[in-house]
This record gives sequence, structure tokens and C-alpha cells, in this order.
Amino acid sequence: MAPAQKSEYRGYVHQMQKTLMVNWYERLGESALKGWPPAVCLMVSGNCIELLQAFDVLPIYPEVNALQLAIRHQSLEPIVAAEEIGYASDNCAYVKADIGAYLKGITPTGNKMPTAALILCNFVGCNTYLKWFEHVSAFTGAPMYVLDVPFLRYDKPTADDITYVVKQLKELVGLLEGITHTKFDYDRFKQAVQYSAEVESLWSEIKHLSKHSPSPFDAYFDAITLMGPLYVYRASSVGVDFFRAALQELKERVANGQGVYDEERFRIVVEGPPPYPHFKTFRDMFAKWRACTVASTYSTVGGLWEFGFRHDPENPFESVALHMIENNVTNRNYLQRYAQIERYADEWKADGVIIHFVKSCRLFSAGQGDMRDYFTKVLKRPTLYIESDLEDPRYFSEAQIRNRMDAFFESLEHQKTMANVAGE
Amino acid sequence: MNPDNGIDLAGILGQAATMAQDVTFQSVRGWKAQHENAKAIGYFPVYTPVELIHAAGALPVGLNGAGDQLDIQHADARFGSFICSIVKTTMELALTGHLEPLDGMLFHSICDSARNLCFVYKRHFAENLYVDFLHLPHNPSSVASQEFLVSEYRRLKKNLENLTNRTVTDQDIRLAIKVYNENRRALSDLYRYRQEEPHMLPTAELYVLQRAGNFMPVEEHTQWLKAVRQALPNRPMKRRDSIRVVVEGSFCEQPPIGFIKILEGAGCYVVDDDFLLGKRWFTEDVPIGDDPIHDLAESYVQRSVYSSVRHDWRKPRFLGLVEKVKAGKADAVVFCLAKFCEPAFFDYVLFKRELEKEGIPHLLIEFEEKMFTFDRARTEIETFVESLLFE
Repeated sequence: MAPAQKSEYRGYVHQMQKTLMVNWYERLGESALKGWPPAVCLMVSGNCIELLQAFDVLPIYPEVNALQLAIRHQSLEPIVAAEEIGYASDNCAYVKADIGAYLKGITPTGNKMPTAALILCNFVGCNTYLKWFEHVSAFTGAPMYVLDVPFLRYDKPTADDITYVVKQLKELVGLLEGITHTKFDYDRFKQAVQYSAEVESLWSEIKHLSKHSPSPFDAYFDAITLMGPLYVYRASSVGVDFFRAALQELKERVANGQGVYDEERFRIVVEGPPPYPHFKTFRDMFAKWRACTVASTYSTVGGLWEFGFRHDPENPFESVALHMIENNVTNRNYLQRYAQIERYADEWKADGVIIHFVKSCRLFSAGQGDMRDYFTKVLKRPTLYIESDLEDPRYFSEAQIRNRMDAFFESLEHQKTMANVAGE
Repeated sequence: MNPDNGIDLAGILGQAATMAQDVTFQSVRGWKAQHENAKAIGYFPVYTPVELIHAAGALPVGLNGAGDQLDIQHADARFGSFICSIVKTTMELALTGHLEPLDGMLFHSICDSARNLCFVYKRHFAENLYVDFLHLPHNPSSVASQEFLVSEYRRLKKNLENLTNRTVTDQDIRLAIKVYNENRRALSDLYRYRQEEPHMLPTAELYVLQRAGNFMPVEEHTQWLKAVRQALPNRPMKRRDSIRVVVEGSFCEQPPIGFIKILEGAGCYVVDDDFLLGKRWFTEDVPIGDDPIHDLAESYVQRSVYSSVRHDWRKPRFLGLVEKVKAGKADAVVFCLAKFCEPAFFDYVLFKRELEKEGIPHLLIEFEEKMFTFDRARTEIETFVESLLFE
């Protein structure tokens, strides 16, 4: 076996996204100090950033704050603070970290966070969102609006589903007018939707680049890096510029035959969020085997665009509704997730699937044993199932996960060797 | 037969206790044998519009897990750690053929685990079982919610018509609303009576009586409830030193009956609870008007009880709990929360905060439907009760 690698691709896009996210936090800090522009709390999954952008309202994403705390190894203190006031050890640790951070005045960058002018619970499948935002509203006193998105019960949404969401989006317009003291500008909304459509095309093209072998980026770990700008800047020219630059850089890597590792030995599909408190350790477990993730479900939480959906400036409300109902992984049903992974495995030519069960997130994890059963027994795909958490550093058994990962990759290597022998 | 009033109270309660724990669904099998080609439709907690199932000539069958009646041998591997027991036992019931009498199964937007369970069901059983998911709206403040729910109920009606091969008329639905209103009223009568005279109606009895209604025609169940109510005042029961408590948090997975007995035995008169909450879902009768589907949807949006799985920030549910405590003249709240139940454990934080603001004592007990030793729970409850009785 070749010596273990720890290096990973760190390009210009990584630096640029860092700058963009720092800028966002600085703008939030300014909002906290000056009271303007107003900020609205919303959820990453199926977000309707286009409407906020049309009003120049700043988004606050509690999930992004929580994961930033975890990746900076700062999540345990707020989690414990939340548990001290009654949250259970089994409650979602994202929520606990966010509430605990609020109670203790902790923010990811040290900047102040504004009090939200509106708690906008864009409910797309995750019931924990509802509880989370009820609690944020209860603790901060900020008003809440639940934008109830019907779960995708069948393959496609019904006409009634779309009508329901559009009506609520129009109610939201009224609320945003009240917060900003600004009349809704339909053309600005259309422009924001147009920017989103452009970003989505660029992002989709990026995701299809990982079909190349070697893949120019890791579609789990590097994709996560690119996801921040996708949520904060998607509906703006800043987002278009960023993703255009990212695509160009990655295309150059493809042209030069540059992969994530010197030699790409395994191509993997990953299901589930990462263990943010142990992000680097987890990545190194892949790097050791030069295993590159070529597709991941987690990178479709904010939106699923690689299969063709785009926002439509000619039908802005309907397309925002369609994005929220049908085109993000959390509001799609569980069997659609099986199909999504299967398609990734086939079209991105993966060697295996790794399912990461996270204790905090039942939406992702409840039933993943059945998913494993489907991939191993029905599809005959090499599949690994591991458990930890996305936010709570206490739920990560490094030695156990490492052993399982090593055994999985050894097995994959053996299969490849046997296949080569058979082919000679 | 009790010669005093002609009502066999012990017999009814005995039958109810048997039915409440019967995972072979003998009563459902019996009903189907008597009704040729009739269908039985199961539903996962907490609430489902049973009126539509009834109107389609089918028998609604409420599933609340398998309690301690079934070992989990297959479902653990499919749902993994940190997932509540009711999801696993509901899967286990189906994997082991126990749900053979059912022709359909409904799930709802109550929590993430139940949501995924619906689709795991679809993968395994959809060939022989109608499996559907109802999106019950979470934004009652929007006028669009009611319209949406009407469309969702019409979709369900159509699917039930296809399954039962019959047309469901508005009159069928009106009749169903009428009989379920009667059932809810009869249950409310019993709840009111227990609140006034808790020593006369132990909660373990009320519980099995209520749960048996999951497996029998609603009209017969209502007759039972009325008969029991009539017979209760004649029972020779003694008062005990107990505190009056509201039980909160058992709206989905149900504690073992032994656990409920322990709660009472350790010195709690339960004056209100949320066991099997879907059976008492509305604050008043569902109106019976020209458009009964609209009446059902409007009732859900405007006149539902507060619940951890229904989201209505117009009135936070922690205010509902405080009102319940005051209306029941309760001394305390006992939270009985199923292990790994996210909605219940999240709500506990805001419930607790509000109760402490109001100076209302509370105790948290965690349970699993399959638990069989109660020593620790008994000690905790006894200590809590003593602290209140002798403070």
C-alpha cells in the first residue's frame, strides 16, 4: 500500500469562500450594532433566500452557526449549557449548540449576532426545525412564521402543494415589507431568482466534474466548503462570480489531470452529514486510502440541482415553491434518497457507498439500516455503515470508526485486485 | 353481569384489557370475517381523520406499537441506535406478519422517524398494503392551511374509494363525523368524571378502555364507554392519599400498563393525560355542515387540542399545559417521555420553563414501551409524591 496521505485539495476557491463567509458574519455584526439591515433567521434546507435578497434582508442560518462552532471545536460548551436547562442528551445537538450559544453569548467569529426581526421556519421535512425555531422564538422573543412545505409524498408535488406554498410565500412578502418598510419590488425578486438560476447551473456543472477520474475535488468535504456561499450568496451577483470562478478553477484541474490525491484509488458516495467536530480526522480516514467522494447527499440539503432543476425568473414564486417542495434532499421521501444514491453510484462510477448515521438527525438517519440492506443485498453494492454525530464531539469513537473504514477499504482493494486478476 | 345495574363492568374492562394488548388483532380479524370484502386501515399515531376511513366502509385500526408483546428481532437492524421503540415495533409487527389483517397503513407528518418509517414500509410492503402519508399542515395562521388540508383529505378519500371500490358520499362522511363526535364526547365524559372522582376510575382502566377502541367499530366502543360511565358510581372504591397530577408526553409511544399502575400505586391520581391523544383530538364537536371534508379540515386547523406534534405558535403549547393543570386542579405534572422521542423531549424544555414560572412542581420519567421493571420509576415517583404530600 502507498504511504498514507493527509493532503487535500486547497484551492483559490477555498480562500475565496472563507472571505465571503467572513464578510457575511461582519455584515451580521454590523446589523447587530446598527440595527440595520434587518436579519431573518431561516433554515438551510430548501431556503427561499431569493425573497430575502429582494428586500436586502440578511439571512441568519442557525445550522451554519452551529456547524461553524463544531468545526472550530467550540460546540461542547454551548451543548452542555443547553443540557443544563433541560435539553436531553438525545436531542439534536445542532439545536443545543445554537440555543446554548445564544444563552452564553457565543458566536462563531466573536462578532455580535443580530436579534432576528423574524424567525422564518421554512419547514422542509425536518420536524426538528419546527421545534428549533419555536425555541429560538421563545428565548429571543422574536416573531415566528412557519412556512409549511408539504412533504413530497409521491414522486412529484401536487398542484395543491404548489398553490399552498406560493400562497404562504406571498404572505411572507407582506411580513418582509413590514420589517423593511419597503414595498415589494417584483423585478428585484425576478433578478434574484435569475442569479439563483445562474448559480445553480454553475454549481451543477461543478458537481458533474466529479464524474471525471480523477475527480478534481471531493464532492463531500470540498463540496461542504462551497455550500456556505451557496446558501448566503446564491441569489446575488456575488454568488454568480464566486461559482463562475470555482468552476473555472476546477475545470483547469480536470484539464491538467489533477485529482484530490496523487492517485485516486477509490470513488465513494457518502450519505449523511459529516462529523463536524472531527471533520479533519474523518477526512484523513478517506485520504489514507486515497478515497475520493464523487457524490454526496448532504451537499444537496440546500438544493438538488445536478439532475436539472433551476429557479425560473419567468415563474419566480412557483419555482421557489418547487425548490422548497421537490428539489432539496430533506423534503424528498426516503425512497427518493435511495434512488438518488443509486444514481450517483451508477453515473459517477463509484466503488462503494458510505452511510454515516448521525445521532442528532433522525431525518437523515432513521432507517439507514434499511438503506444499507437495500444497497448491499438488493443492489450488491459495497456499503459501509458508521455512526457518530454532526455536532456533539462526545459521540465519535475514532478507533472504532477508523477500524471500520480501514476494513471497508481493504475489502474494496481486495475486490479490485480479484477483478483485475480475473480480467488478465 | 352485575345485577345492580345490568352492566358487566368487570367484563368490559377485562375484554378491553385483552384487546388493548392483542398484537394478533383478533377483533379486527373477527370484524373482517363478518364484513365480506371490507377493509381495515391501520394508522400510526397521533391523529388521523378516522371519519374518512369509516365513511369508506373500512375499519380504522389505531396502532400504538407492540408494547411488551413482541421481541424486536428484525427492526433494530433497520432503524439503528437512538430511534424510539414504537418505530421499531411498528416495523417488527409488519415484518413478522402480524399486520396481515390490515389492507392499508397511514402515516403523518409528526416526526422524522415516523416519516421515514412510512417509506421503509412502502419499500417492503406496498405490494400488498396501501401505504400513504398525510401531510397535516403546520401553519394554522395561514388561511391557505385549511384549503390545503381539504385537498389532502380529498386525495385520501379518493385513495380509499379506490381501495374499497365504493364511492364515499358527503352523507357517509357526515354520518362518520356524527358517530366519532359521540365517541369523543363519551370519552370526554369519562375524563371529566375521573377528574372529579379520580379514585373511582383508575387510569389504567380508563387507558385500556380507550385503547380497545383502536380495534373495534366506533359505535360499539361508544356503547362500552357509556355503559362504563353509567356503572362507575356504583363501584365500592376507597379514596387514598394521593396527589393530583397531569401526565404529559405520552402522546405517541405508550408506556406499559404496568407503568401506569405504578404511577397510580405510588400515589398519583391522574386527573388528565395525553395517552392516545388522537382519540380526543378536538376541543369541541366537529360541525356537520354542507361540506363535511371542509368541516374536518377546519376542525383540525382551528379546534385541535395542543400537541407536541401539531405546531401552532398562535398559542404556544406550554400555555396549554398550564391551562390543563389549572383546569384539573392538579398539584403537579409528571412528564412520561418515551426514550428517544424528539418532539416530547424538545417540548419538555419550554414546558419546564413555564411550569417553573408558575410554581408548578414537575417530575420527568423516561420510559420505553417494552420496559418490564419499574422499581426505579416507582422510587422516583414515590419520592416526588412524598415531597409534595409532606412539604
